[in-house]
Amino acid sequence: MGSVALYIENNGEKLPKSSLSALAAALEIKQAHGHEKVIGVLIGGTGTSAAANEAAQYGLDEVLYVQSSALEQYLALQYAETLKLAVDAVQPAVIVAASTSRGKDFLPRIAQLFDAGQASDCTAILPGGKYRRPMYAGNVLADVEITTAVQVVTIRPSAFGAASKAGTCAVRELAVHVLEEPRMKFVRFDQVKNERPELGEAEIVVSGGRALKSAETFQQHILPLADALGAAVGASRAAVDSGYAPNDWQVGQTGKVVAPKLYIAVGISGAIQHLAGMKDSKTIVAINKDSEAPIFEVADYGLVADLFEVVPQLTEAVKKARGQ
Amino acid sequence: MNILVPLKRVPDYAVKAKLSPDSQSVVTDGVKWIVNPFDEIAVEEAVRIKEKRPDTEIVVVSIGPSSTTEQVRTALAMGADRAILVTTDGAVDSDLAHRVLAEIVARGDYRLVIMGKQAIDSDASQTGPLLASRLNWPQATFASKLEIDDTWTSATVTREVDGGLETVQIQLPGVVTTDLRLNEPRYPSLPGIVKAKKQPLEEIPLASLGIESAPKLKIHQFAYPPQRKAGTKVSSVEELVAKLQNDAKVL
Ligand SMILES: Cc1cc2nc3c(=O)[nH]c(=O)nc-3n(C[C@H](O)[C@H](O)[C@H](O)COP(=O)(O)OP(=O)(O)OC[C@H]3O[C@@H](n4cnc5c(N)ncnc54)[C@H](O)[C@@H]3O)c2cc1C
Repeated sequence: MGSVALYIENNGEKLPKSSLSALAAALEIKQAHGHEKVIGVLIGGTGTSAAANEAAQYGLDEVLYVQSSALEQYLALQYAETLKLAVDAVQPAVIVAASTSRGKDFLPRIAQLFDAGQASDCTAILPGGKYRRPMYAGNVLADVEITTAVQVVTIRPSAFGAASKAGTCAVRELAVHVLEEPRMKFVRFDQVKNERPELGEAEIVVSGGRALKSAETFQQHILPLADALGAAVGASRAAVDSGYAPNDWQVGQTGKVVAPKLYIAVGISGAIQHLAGMKDSKTIVAINKDSEAPIFEVADYGLVADLFEVVPQLTEAVKKARGQ
Repeated sequence: MNILVPLKRVPDYAVKAKLSPDSQSVVTDGVKWIVNPFDEIAVEEAVRIKEKRPDTEIVVVSIGPSSTTEQVRTALAMGADRAILVTTDGAVDSDLAHRVLAEIVARGDYRLVIMGKQAIDSDASQTGPLLASRLNWPQATFASKLEIDDTWTSATVTREVDGGLETVQIQLPGVVTTDLRLNEPRYPSLPGIVKAKKQPLEEIPLASLGIESAPKLKIHQFAYPPQRKAGTKVSSVEELVAKLQNDAKVL
């Protein structure tokens, strides 16, 4: 019944891993809930047509895109209006997107424009038209049904693997007139310089907490270990609040949710809000000098020690083990 | 100029949620209620604006049972001017909340709505953008810095987004949602607490607003997530590396 419209976030010509996770989730929704097709929709500036061609290789039924210089910068009003017009043509039963900062920002506007119910940050697609979503910092899972004619679903990228290449589908440019919108203007983007893997995409994450004491000591201890492992870097809220790490690195209920193969928590106590962002990791290692720290309750391997002593040792041992 | 600050009462963030024996609800009997931390940041931000511009009036609004007056009074004690409590004993999700808030906005003359980016119980992150869309206002979510120009015509907002910090300018009226780094909320002062008891608090029964309230989301059941098995403690870096190589096979 009906079709699934999937908003595919692009970064110029590139599709981030979160988009491939949303793609996999949309295909799963089609299967599980018996929809006819999944139509991918991209909107943006330069590079969007290339990203649309890339997206067409993952087994979707059709890909539509709107490319306009007025969409070069992401802005909630402009994107919501444009996506609404683009998706109107599809008459979808379900609108899906990844719950990235952009998805969180403007998908509720889409829900409002369609008078749709929205299930946020879903981690599983259930039979019978239902979805599973975490609440209360992930301590409770709710199985929900959206009762409106159009449903809006955002999915948690870490809960869905990236879609793999399948059949190629048709790609069509939509001529949507993007409205002049003087009420929201882009001023600037201060990007976190980062040559390491993306937090949400990495197989290994090394995170540091308040115990790192300063930005310098954070960099001196966490970064070499991360680099020896080829890992992304994360942080607790306390480390971000104190300026040891940029906001983009915060792992937790109100930051990023990650589920890598290996998560190493260094000098992090393991508050409910932090656990919410990493407890689905495959293997968890905790280094903490307090043997009673709650992080040990979720850690597969715990090392009770002073991080300033053991982290440099660990970095060297990892280098040796990996023949670096 | 008037600022509206919506706030939600939520269970204390330090306590793990518990389910009823039939898994049909989350137990709220005996929980300690607090102001949603992000909403507390919103109140603080409004108070800081008022400190710089005394002609500001801060109105806080909440939706919930009568006992929510306690959390509303906390916001008054922090420095808000007056409060509205839309009373209901029923469930209030993002959809209903934004409809109620839109009605409250329509009954006043607000230049700015500052609210939390998410409530730490439902974790839906919807109400701010839903409200902005219903009002057809611009929005700036996840704010870590907020500056309003002299004439209250526009706001320049730094936002915590994937990949870094983005700055946007929105024309007012608009909706801003708060992130953790926007400010550190103050504790209400003793004189503030005393004064808050006498400040105006208008209670409006939800039913009197004539708002369509059929829920768009139906929760069928709750469950706990799978619990991780307790692991082992290792005694040295060597042992840790050996475990990671040989048992977990992640190196
Ligand atoms: C609304 C809200 C949202 C939040 N969202 C998040 C979120 O998304 N992510 C998040 O992480 N937190 C979040 N928090 C904060 C959370 O509650 C904790 O305060 C925070 O996670 C603590 O960070 P920490 O573990 O680094 O610091 P602490 O709790 O202070 O822990 C530091 C740890 O380091 C250990 N230690 C100290 N020195 C050493 C040493 N030399 N060697 C080894 N170990 C040492 C200590 O034993 C301690 O366990 C949120 C809180 C609220 C209220």
